[in-house]
Amino acid sequence: MTAQTSPPVRLSVRELSVRFWMRGGRTVAAVTDVSFDVAAGECLALVGESGCGKSVLTSALLGLLPGNAQVRGSALLDGLDLIAADEATLARTVRGRRVALIPQSPAAHLTPVRTVRSQLEETVRELTGARGHQARAAAERVAERAAFPADHLDHHPHELSGGLAQRAAIALALVGDAPLLIADEPTTGLDRDLVDRTVDELRRHVDDGHGLLVITHDLAAAERVADRIAVMYAGRVVELADADDFFGSPGPRHPYSRGLLDALPERAFTPIPGMPPELDALPDGCAFAPRCPRADAACAAVPALTGASGRAVACHHAYARTPETADV
Amino acid sequence: MSEPIPAPATGPAAGPAAAPALELLDVTAGYDRRAPVLDGISLTVAAGESVGLLGPSGCGKSTLARVAALLHRPWAGAVRLAGREVRGFRHRAPRELRTSVGVVFQQPRLAADPRLTLADIVAEPLRATGRRAEIPDRLPELAASVGLGGDLLARRPHEVSDGQLQRACLARALVLRPKLLICDEMTAMLDASTTAALVAAVEDHRRAHGTALLAVGHDRVLLRRWCDRVVDFPPA
Ligand code: SF4
Repeated sequence: MTAQTSPPVRLSVRELSVRFWMRGGRTVAAVTDVSFDVAAGECLALVGESGCGKSVLTSALLGLLPGNAQVRGSALLDGLDLIAADEATLARTVRGRRVALIPQSPAAHLTPVRTVRSQLEETVRELTGARGHQARAAAERVAERAAFPADHLDHHPHELSGGLAQRAAIALALVGDAPLLIADEPTTGLDRDLVDRTVDELRRHVDDGHGLLVITHDLAAAERVADRIAVMYAGRVVELADADDFFGSPGPRHPYSRGLLDALPERAFTPIPGMPPELDALPDGCAFAPRCPRADAACAAVPALTGASGRAVACHHAYARTPETADV
Repeated sequence: MSEPIPAPATGPAAGPAAAPALELLDVTAGYDRRAPVLDGISLTVAAGESVGLLGPSGCGKSTLARVAALLHRPWAGAVRLAGREVRGFRHRAPRELRTSVGVVFQQPRLAADPRLTLADIVAEPLRATGRRAEIPDRLPELAASVGLGGDLLARRPHEVSDGQLQRACLARALVLRPKLLICDEMTAMLDASTTAALVAAVEDHRRAHGTALLAVGHDRVLLRRWCDRVVDFPPA
């Protein structure tokens, strides 16, 4: 990639860890030492198997973790630390206004008994203070920006197709004009063309200057929408890469990332042997070792994530880069 | 694993003279008589064959899967399993027909009783058919074949991931060694590796037992890779 000046960093997560204290003295290491950036006008896709800690990370960024969670590290969003902020600050100035969530299941997120228009107008009143026909006009504008058809505004959620419900949820997320959007598994259970359309709409908002963090297990969706990929395994980011490098050539560098891509039916269709470890019983050393074709004695020590900030890998025996970029 | 996806099964049930595992002839079915979801549909799955049925969500392919699994009664047309015409559906289906079809759905959380352990979920069909005695013999082997090792079998659905629960639902569908397995969007919620693992488990079982497969889904790449042939919904 060319060495142009990168856009200003919007979200900067540093050494974020989340532990849950469970009954019986168990601890769940849901997120461990995670660091990444999301710039304005950029999309980072966080990919991994279910249960790898992706959704806990989202909750941490939105301040929505349960009481038994202990969080360390920082997540600076345009200067404000989302981790240190108290609930009042998060509720008044962050959620919906500086970070907006596009939920996993839009149909469940929308209130069933109210029309899309009334939900949009309420969110407009809440987030902008606009009233009356100002609120009405703002709701219609935001619907238009989300490509939600005006003639469906007076419908109830159950009268919408899956695609329109998804757009209604995106419209709701756009109301507060938050600079950072987080989409949590936005394409789960959708048909391929609906996946493509949803993802292309999300991409439009990135091209408008939003930062977008997409949490997904859908590699095809990640390939279509993301500039950069962060692969999570057992609570850690094990690889950060440019999407083009990752899906194209030279391909992923971490054995787990390779395994994920090789599992795709358009590639080798070979599963990674075994299952991810339980987050309350992580093995010592590299957590991927029991499933890894390259594991050896060196892997008894946890590999650090090393490399330039945008492109890094946590593996003692990472696959090589192309020669001209092999500079780690 | 050198050969993740085996060649089409040619096990014991797949001899040349065997009747088709499934025949749907001119089936009309739905929930509202004025607007049938299936309108004169025919589809054949030969013994031991695997057929992918491809269509977008809401097109009626799940209704077809439910008819084939004897869970939904069609208004007209014939359903034949291994050459035998089905006369009763749901609880009226004769036991030996019901047990000759296994089915896995998209959402394991809706398909598994949250109060049971995974072991009980897998063994449910053996209990329901008075074959409790076979549980100790069958359960460990079957659990291992779908990748459920360790203490996972002792856990309840809320203590496992969607992928682990779906592995249990697949094992339950296979525990009676059905002649026909129906997978209705079995992997739609799952990540790539779990998807490939479940498909490999299905194919291992089919290779060993000659089970026929009807895989219903919306992912053309997946069904093409998985099945002997892929049919677009509605089947011609
Ligand atoms: S550190 Fe070792 S075990 Fe871990 S991914 Fe790399 S090679 Fe495999």
